[in-house]
Formats: sequence, C-alpha cells, structure tokens
Amino acid sequence: MNAPLSRREFLKASGALIVTAAGPAFFGEAFAQASGGTKPALVPGELDSWVAIAPDGRVTAFFGKMDMGQSLDIAIAQIVADELDVAVDKVDVVMGDTALTCNQGGASGSTGIFTGGRPLRNASAEARRLLVQAASQKLGVPAEQLRVDDGVVSAVSDPAKKTSYADLIGGRYFNHPVEWNKQTGNPMDIKVQAKVKSPSEYRVVGKSFTRRDLPGKVYRTDKYVTDISLPNMLHARVIRPTRAACTVAGVDEGSIKKVRGARVVRDKNFVAVLAPGEWDAVRASRMLKVDWNHAKSAPFPEMAGLHDHIRKAPVVKREEGMKKGNLDAAFKTASRVVEAEYEWPFQSHASMGPACAVADVRADGVTVWSGSQKPHFVQLGVARLLDLPPEKVHVIWVTGPGSYGRNDAGDAALDAAMLSKIAGRPVRVQGMRNDGIAWDPKGPACVHRARAALDASGKVVGYEFVSKGFSRINIQTNESDPSHSLVGMSTGFPPKPNEGFGTPAETYGFDNKLLAWETIPPLLDSCSPLRTAHLRDPVGPEIHFGSEQFIDELAFAANEDPVAFRLKYVTAARDAAVIKAAAEKAGWQPRSGVRDRSGDVLSGRGIAYALRGGTIVAAVAEIEVERKTGRIRAKKFTVAHDCGLIINPEGLRYTIEGNVVHGLSRTLFEEVRFDRDKVTSVDWMTYPILDIKDAPETIDVVLVNHPEIAPTGAGEPTIRVIPAAVANAFFDATGVRMRKAPLTPERVKAALARV
Amino acid sequence: MASIKFAVDGKAVTVNADPNMPLLYALRNDLKMTNPHFGCGLAQCGACTVHLDGEAVRSCVMPVSAAAGKKVTTLQGLGTPEKPHPLQAAYVEEQVPQCGYCINGWIMTAAAYLKKNPKANDAQLRDALAGLKCRCGTHVSILRAIKRAQTQMA
Repeated sequence: MNAPLSRREFLKASGALIVTAAGPAFFGEAFAQASGGTKPALVPGELDSWVAIAPDGRVTAFFGKMDMGQSLDIAIAQIVADELDVAVDKVDVVMGDTALTCNQGGASGSTGIFTGGRPLRNASAEARRLLVQAASQKLGVPAEQLRVDDGVVSAVSDPAKKTSYADLIGGRYFNHPVEWNKQTGNPMDIKVQAKVKSPSEYRVVGKSFTRRDLPGKVYRTDKYVTDISLPNMLHARVIRPTRAACTVAGVDEGSIKKVRGARVVRDKNFVAVLAPGEWDAVRASRMLKVDWNHAKSAPFPEMAGLHDHIRKAPVVKREEGMKKGNLDAAFKTASRVVEAEYEWPFQSHASMGPACAVADVRADGVTVWSGSQKPHFVQLGVARLLDLPPEKVHVIWVTGPGSYGRNDAGDAALDAAMLSKIAGRPVRVQGMRNDGIAWDPKGPACVHRARAALDASGKVVGYEFVSKGFSRINIQTNESDPSHSLVGMSTGFPPKPNEGFGTPAETYGFDNKLLAWETIPPLLDSCSPLRTAHLRDPVGPEIHFGSEQFIDELAFAANEDPVAFRLKYVTAARDAAVIKAAAEKAGWQPRSGVRDRSGDVLSGRGIAYALRGGTIVAAVAEIEVERKTGRIRAKKFTVAHDCGLIINPEGLRYTIEGNVVHGLSRTLFEEVRFDRDKVTSVDWMTYPILDIKDAPETIDVVLVNHPEIAPTGAGEPTIRVIPAAVANAFFDATGVRMRKAPLTPERVKAALARV
Repeated sequence: MASIKFAVDGKAVTVNADPNMPLLYALRNDLKMTNPHFGCGLAQCGACTVHLDGEAVRSCVMPVSAAAGKKVTTLQGLGTPEKPHPLQAAYVEEQVPQCGYCINGWIMTAAAYLKKNPKANDAQLRDALAGLKCRCGTHVSILRAIKRAQTQMA
C-alpha cells in the first residue's frame, strides 16, 4: 500500500462496515470516542481480539496457538514487546482459550512463530501506531517527533512532555477494525495500516529470554489438565475393546456392583465406567465384563508381513510432488542404476501420560478443559458430537501430559463431553497407559522405493523416489469432526478417511526427477487402533530416513564424499550454507582408503539434510556400534539450523535438542507391535523408547541467523534428518545399510551377522 | 477401608481408603495434591515418584498402606520458589522441562540418589536414572541440570 487508506476506505476494504464511529482516522478525541469500555466480538478483524493494554500498562497478547514447552510464550512476548516498545516482562500471552483467542490453528506444523506470530506482530504495530497518534493529539507534538520507551510516549525534544499507554487506553478497548485475510487456522493473518519494524530496529527479538512456564512446572504450582477438578465431578475410564473391530454384544453391569458409586455408561459401542473416586473408576474399568462381538476375519496382517502388505496394497491416491525431465530416457541410457527400498513402522505418540480432559455439560453451555493442541477444533468437534452450536461450547487449553501431534488428547476431550452429557455432571476422563499407546492415532507405516540413474562419470542423470504407505490423515489433524474420534465412530459417525502423504523436501538439482507418494487403504475403516494421523513432523522422519540414506548410497556409488556430493547437487545457497555449517562444526573430513572394521566397537559418522516449511536443517551424527550387543551409542550430534530470523536463540536451541533426542528414539527403538487383531504395544515395555543411557553425549547446535528473512518453524524440522544421519553413520561404521527402521539391537546384530 | 496415617511434605495426614489403593490416588484425590502425576500405573515411567522416608518410590504401584507411619515428600515438598532444592533451581536455570509432565520422576529420583552419591559421574547418573521416561527428549538438558546442581550441592 503506497498511501494510507482513509478510515472509511479501510473499513470498506476490510468489510467491517458495521462499525459506526466516523472520522478520518484515530486522532485524539476521535480515538478517545472510538475506544471504550466494551470489548468488541472476538473476531480476527478487531484489534482488541489480539492485544489489550491494562490500566497499569501491562500488555496482554491473545495467541490462538499454544506453547507446548518450546518457548513460544516468551517468543510471542518478545515479538509483541518489540513492536509496541514495551518491556518483555510487561507482556502476558493468553493462549488456547476459545473465548479469548481466535482460531489460529492451535499448535500445528511448527507454525507457532512462522504464521502464528504474524498477526500478533501486525496487531502490536497497529496498536502502537494508534497510541502514538493519540499521544500526538494529547501532547500537541507531531507523531514523528515522539518516541516510546517501555510504554511511555514522550517528545524527542522535550522528554518532560509525555504520556503513557496506560493513560491513553489502559483498561479500555481500541474498537479498531483490522483487515482479516478471511483465513482460519494456521494461515490466519491481519493487515494493518502500521508499518512493522525492520529487523535492525529490534531490541529484544533475537535475544535469549528465559521461559516463564518453568517455575510453575518445576515447583508444581501450575495446573495441568490432569489437575482440573470441579465440584460434583465424576471420574471416568473408557473401555476400549480387547480386540480391534469389535462391537458390544452386552455389558454385565453387575460385574462392578461391589465398587462404590460406580456405574456403566453405554451408547452403542461406546462403553465407560464412572465413579466419584478415581481409583474406583480404575477398579471398575478392570472389573467390568463386556461381551464383545469379534469380527469374523482378523483385520490386520501378520506384523512381519506389514511392509509386504503395503507393497501389494492397492493405491487409493497418488500424487507427484515433482516431475521433471524424461526419466525413462535417463534410465535407458544409464551406465549404472542404483535401487533401494526403505521401511518405516507404525509409531505411537506414546505421550508422557495418557490424555485427560474434563467436561461440564450444562443446559446453558459446555465447558471443556483439554490438553489438545487444537482447542478451537475441539470446540467444533464437541458441538457436533452433542449437536450444539459452537458458541455454546467453551474450550480451555491447559498444559497436558505431552503432545506432538494428533495424539489421544482429542479423543479424551470428546469422550469427556459425551460422558458429562450422559451423566449430567462434570466428568474427568483420563486413559490408562494402554490408551495412550495402543489406542492413540499412529504415525503411518510406509515403504519408500528409490531408483537413480548414473552416467559413466558418476553423475546422477535420473532420480525417482516414491513413498507408499498409510495416509497421514486417515484421521484428520484435528478433532473438529466426531468422525475422526473414537467416541464418534463408536456411536455411529461414519469414518471419513482422507488421503495424504508427502515427498522429500530438498533442492537436489537432478535433471530428470520424480518425487511421488501413494496411499493405501486403512487396515480397518472404523475405530482402528492402527488408524493413522499426524505424529511430530508428519511423514518427515519416515520419508527422509529413505531419501537421505539413498542420497548417501548414491554418493558412495559415485565414489564421492557424502557432504561434497550433497553440496554438488543442492541448488539453493542457503541449503549449501547449512550443510557446510554442520560439516565444518562437526570437523567433517572426507574418508580415504579402506576402514578398519575389525574391532568390537565400530565408530562412524553420517550426515543428512532436509527442508521443512522454509526451514533448512542438516545434522551430522557420530555413533558407535557395539557388535556384541547390537547397541548403537549416539556420541554426538551436530545440527545446523536456518529458520530465518531467530527470535529467541536459547529457546530455539532447546527445541532443536528435543527434536534430536525424540528423533533418535524413533530411529533406534520405536515400533508399534500388533498381531492379527490387536495392537500388542500397550506399555513402555512393549513400546520401548529411548532411555537416558542411550541419550547422546553431546548435541552441538549451529544457529544460522537470517534477520532479513521472515522466521519459519523449528518445532519439527530437525527430527526429520535424525534417522538418516544415524543410518548413514551406521553405514560409515559398519559398511552395512540399515534400510528398515527402527535400528533395534536385534536388527543390528542380525544385519552384522550377515556380513 | 482403613484409616492410614502418614506425613506428606511435613504435614500429618489421615486417609480413609482401600489399603490396596496406590498411594498416588491418596495424594491426588484424597489429599487434593496436584502432584505427582499419573503416567503409566505400572512403575515404568517415574511421573508419580515421591520420597518415602527419603527413598524414591513409584507411588502409582505402592499401596497407600505401605506409607503408614512414614514420611512422604512430593516435588512440591522438596523445595519452593523461595527455598528451592538445588535440582529445582538448576532445572529452571537450564530451562529443562518442555511439557514438564515427567519431572517428578527425574528430580525426585536424582535428589534421593545425589544425597548418597553427590559426586556421581555421567555414567553413574545415567545408571541411576535408567528407566525414567521423558517424551520431549530433554535428556541432555536433564543431565546438564543435575551436573549444575551437583556443583551447588558440593
């Protein structure tokens, strides 16, 4: 926009025609009249939906996403503080309450700062503009001759001439429309007249500030969703079938009659027990006798045949993410063709605690306390489940027992709502361990087929990478439709499968190139314990375990160093810089000659790189492999990470570390076990994850800062390069390729025994 | 039902409950404490860890009757913002927890262990903490915090 729009033009452009206040702009008296004591409706097109100034000058930012522990609260506070020119510790961030925040998509896709920070930045800049203009009128000083220091507006030439945000608007509302882009969820944004600051003007963005959720967690003074307790509340446990594809033939209510106050609730195939005491609910859930109708045929293949099942399964949907050149010709004229297949298992969110929710369904409205990453979508899901208008449902996000995607939290929220409606009392539901591992939506199992054509010089002239697996969105990414919840499907909402997967994210400039994916039907349409949905960096670790190992295989086929090979083919300067930064920091040296692999402990290092949503990451893994035990010890990871402008370096560093360790766990240990009719991973013994004995000794992080580039995400990109970095290091150490994840000790021993 | 008397975080308490009920439910429901957490109910993760007469125990499997006459300490009783245990202070300084649901296990286990082994090295610490779970992958910063606390406790 070259010239600022008049207010009326602006209103027309934003479609906010119902605002009655007239006048050319918010100056002085006009501002005082427009602002007032009544908060406008919570809609993205109102400035008051994003930012508020209290009588004492404290600022509240209303954030429609959440901080799941990766320092988003403080990062958003930093962004707001810089635009408003207030101290960071004067900014409070309200998150994930459907009555107080717009639907910015919840915690989703590493977009907390990337897309989530944008409207907050814009709103804060607009608030500052309005307040400076109001101060200009009040002080009789042109706006451009005013400065703002920690919420105090003063004349540059005469600091005694001053007022403050608190004086100008404290406790009242802007009543100022902003231009909403009409998007809901992650892409929600607003346009404002104010110009946001340039990175050179930032005072606090780019600096490390300590998170503010830490004392509450460490001294246990903050509440988790599991700690929410209401008067007259009942505790519930939902009874999942003993086998998949079961229906309820009958329930023996007498089987729990000895448990004080316990009762059974049943709606079609949804069964639960309720009791005033939590232990009584647990006991009742164990004692309840349910007569299940078992399916005539077992729904699942033998676990050992899972990947053959995927290979043979019909393709429901195929998409080619990239197709260029003439692959057929390239393969026909190739002097050498390299082929490989990679396999990834089903993985569980297996959150730290089974999900919990509390619901209070009353005649005049519903309140749900949920740990779900998507409270605004819980609102829609509960409304649809109970057949209520969404505005009758208020969802309050409270920190839950961990969440990295569509875990069991969405099911818990809808379970609680259904049970409270039936019981007519507030209900708290929490799963048992089994519910969080056997019954959460799973990360999809898949097979990746890779093929490349090399010419006589070793140049890659054709490249093909096709992933085939279960859909990443068989169950949607959020719980807005009961069809995507266990209680919904158990009570008659039809399954609504969606198809989606993904392709490698890199910039390798092979002339002839195909990247594609294919999805296959779910093993069971409804209420499947192996239904698939988003798990941290959906299909990222899965795909790049294959694609970045395959690049390594090509480097070796071409007799080139894996770092040099990647640098030769990546086409983006930022990508090359990140790969170089990781390699240099790790002290990467090309190998020459034959390696001595005779010892009991073999050491190796490997690199992998990938993009995710604009962020570029490369990791070098240094590992040791113990021949006798098959154990892989992660000695050191070196990660180079470029997500554009860095908001809070320390917070970013810890987020990257968490990615590395979570990624290592999924690479080495995690695999959902199942038999023909049920998931047999039910606890931490049957779904092993990384133990502290296996945690890396060192994680070295190189933060590549690009203040001139808008920030992108960090919650997930690093996890996608860890599996291949480890597998490539394994090859370097042993000369053996591990094309099936996870790289368990048994699998390692078997692979080493074959050579 | 039985009347069971013990102390929690320095206060005498009486719980009337099924003696086989795990201590965790007595703490969370009968005594309305918001810690420790339920993580697995199987003594496999540590989220429910408390001290029983100074020893780290998993309250999700320990019958409440086993606490009779003993002193239970929870994470809230270990230290406060005003008077933190060195491990808690180090946890804040190193910004360890992400979701934070696991930390009762790590801090209570480490606190009991460091009392007897204040100079434990990295390998010994990893052995002592084996079996505890953290799903956010904060293990590296957990070790950093414990080592920081060791220097404070020395």
